[in-house]
Amino acid sequence: MLATQLAGLTAPDPAVDPGIEEALDLVGGFDDAFTHGFARLGEQPRAALAALAGAVAVTPLGERVREGVEKIVAGSLADEHLTALAGGRAALLGAVHDALLARLDGVLGRSRASWAVAGPADPATPPDNVLAGCRSWLRELAIAGWRGVDHDLVAASAQTLDAVLAAPSSRRLAVLLDGLAAELRACCPVATMDRLPTRRWADLWSRALLLAQPGGWPVATATATAVSGRLLPLGADVHEHGTAIQIQVHAVLEPAGDAAPRLVRTSVSAAKVETITGPAVWRLLADHPVLLGALAKRHAVEITDLPLLPSGDLLWRDDQARPDAPADPFATARLRLPEAVAPAVPPLDRHPVRLAEPVLLEDYSTTVDDSGGITLELGGNSLPVDVSRLPTCAPLTPESVARSSACLGLLRWDAGRWRLQPLAVQYTVKRATAEAHTGDWALGPTDPKVVKAEAKAGDAVAVLRERAGRLLRR
Amino acid sequence: MGTIEVGWERRSAARVLPAVQPRKLAKVPFVELADGRLQGVVSSGSDIERVYVSSVVAGSHAFNCSTNNNRPCGGLRGAPCKHLHALVDEAILQYGVERVARYLRIDVSDGASSGSDLLVRLNGSHEPTPAAVVFSRFLRHLAYLEVPGSTEPLPELHWFPATGAVD
Ligand SMILES: [Zn+2]
Repeated sequence: MLATQLAGLTAPDPAVDPGIEEALDLVGGFDDAFTHGFARLGEQPRAALAALAGAVAVTPLGERVREGVEKIVAGSLADEHLTALAGGRAALLGAVHDALLARLDGVLGRSRASWAVAGPADPATPPDNVLAGCRSWLRELAIAGWRGVDHDLVAASAQTLDAVLAAPSSRRLAVLLDGLAAELRACCPVATMDRLPTRRWADLWSRALLLAQPGGWPVATATATAVSGRLLPLGADVHEHGTAIQIQVHAVLEPAGDAAPRLVRTSVSAAKVETITGPAVWRLLADHPVLLGALAKRHAVEITDLPLLPSGDLLWRDDQARPDAPADPFATARLRLPEAVAPAVPPLDRHPVRLAEPVLLEDYSTTVDDSGGITLELGGNSLPVDVSRLPTCAPLTPESVARSSACLGLLRWDAGRWRLQPLAVQYTVKRATAEAHTGDWALGPTDPKVVKAEAKAGDAVAVLRERAGRLLRR
Repeated sequence: MGTIEVGWERRSAARVLPAVQPRKLAKVPFVELADGRLQGVVSSGSDIERVYVSSVVAGSHAFNCSTNNNRPCGGLRGAPCKHLHALVDEAILQYGVERVARYLRIDVSDGASSGSDLLVRLNGSHEPTPAAVVFSRFLRHLAYLEVPGSTEPLPELHWFPATGAVD
């Protein structure tokens, strides 16, 4: 990423910025209205919901959102009305996502495929009673508002959650609800909290309600095409909450034949418990040795007939992949990334939180502020680094980022600004150049101190399985 | 939970829970802050087939310890037993003293760092609570390890970045 590109990304844009700001203000009005619940709305939240309805009035959602707001203000909190509101909010955030991505593609000169398919309905849809159970709990949350969430309301989610977790076709919903419930549980009683993560919780609530619609979501896998070729990993983005871990690998795919290289993602995930964390999470993904090996040893992978979704998600099949020649992710980013065609984003997934575009930054200087915040300075432009996104399962540290001269990362956008999430850095230590990547420990930690600490703590999975075996046999 | 940055309320990926620290699980395989209690399961030191279920209630600080078959713990004579000590020690390792104290509503403004520090500040007494509730939470916890992995993308996890290298 060049200085001029960074300047283009961060400079004010009078054609787009006011629209983004206005949309986010409307979303903020909804988020604040949720604080005390929709059951007894004051003057201000009523106006906020009416404004949201007004903003989407000319869209296909307009009529339903208008009616939804009307009914909710009148005290009728039916599923369909709450769903209409969640849909209106999602549409606004989708528009913000689109504006941001268009701008990013513009400054990077990144070409992107356009969305052309509408998937058929999911044949393996989660049971309707399970989805209805989720909607009913989400409705209770909307009635109570965040301030009204107590232990009983969180505990009431347990049965519903068990049912969702048991249905493989509702994995997305299960992972989302489990993450939300854990946060609410830890914050109980929410009434005593000084400040509330209103944007975040309203995001999670709306997304969950949309995922819990009867009939489920269009299944993406039905629209997959088989691809073969050489996969060149750029880096691993790590997602984690108490009961889930996901590694999303960003890579350039060189398809067999002479088709243009494509930017793809491939994800592997596992369920876990919160005491399995740090480098131990990689062991939960040991069923994918070829993928983990490619990350740890930095080599390419030859893939055969893997399903590729229109969203650019490659469905990993470890037995259809084999290790190829060494491939330096920095070289891939320098030489192959600029010409790779990026995938379209599925309409229902458009939300600024999903923006995660791989970029390479070089020849910058770094500054570290008093609170440990790191900023990259490039030709008079600055880009803050999101150090809070450095995971404990990798050797990437704030120190290595602060000393770095090249960074391969994901551009993220949140709360009005772009930030860089590092996936790999080249840095100087004792006058030598070193590298640290988020996937370095995919086959186990390589730092002797970490290896020792891990050995001392013991294998958490093995201990829990032993306990489970003894206690569940009764 | 440390200082909260400006604009936190408007961040989709705002961090709400601090990263949990890994710890040895053999002695206390399960600890959680849930249902208004610090509760968990402590392995018996002498019998590999036996576990104790220990808990402290937030606010009232009522405490209890019994076997998973609801037999009262012999070590509980008006004061917290060694299992409750182990439970609180491990909770502090896992969550940090600040988070445990805040949840139980124990005042630690005069400085407390160990499990014993927290336990002497309890102002509740022994009150029997059914072990079955906690034990079933533990079994539910273990059940996660049986959920099969997946290679289908979970886009919702973009709201849950892995954190922890920085406090
Ligand atoms: Zn005891």
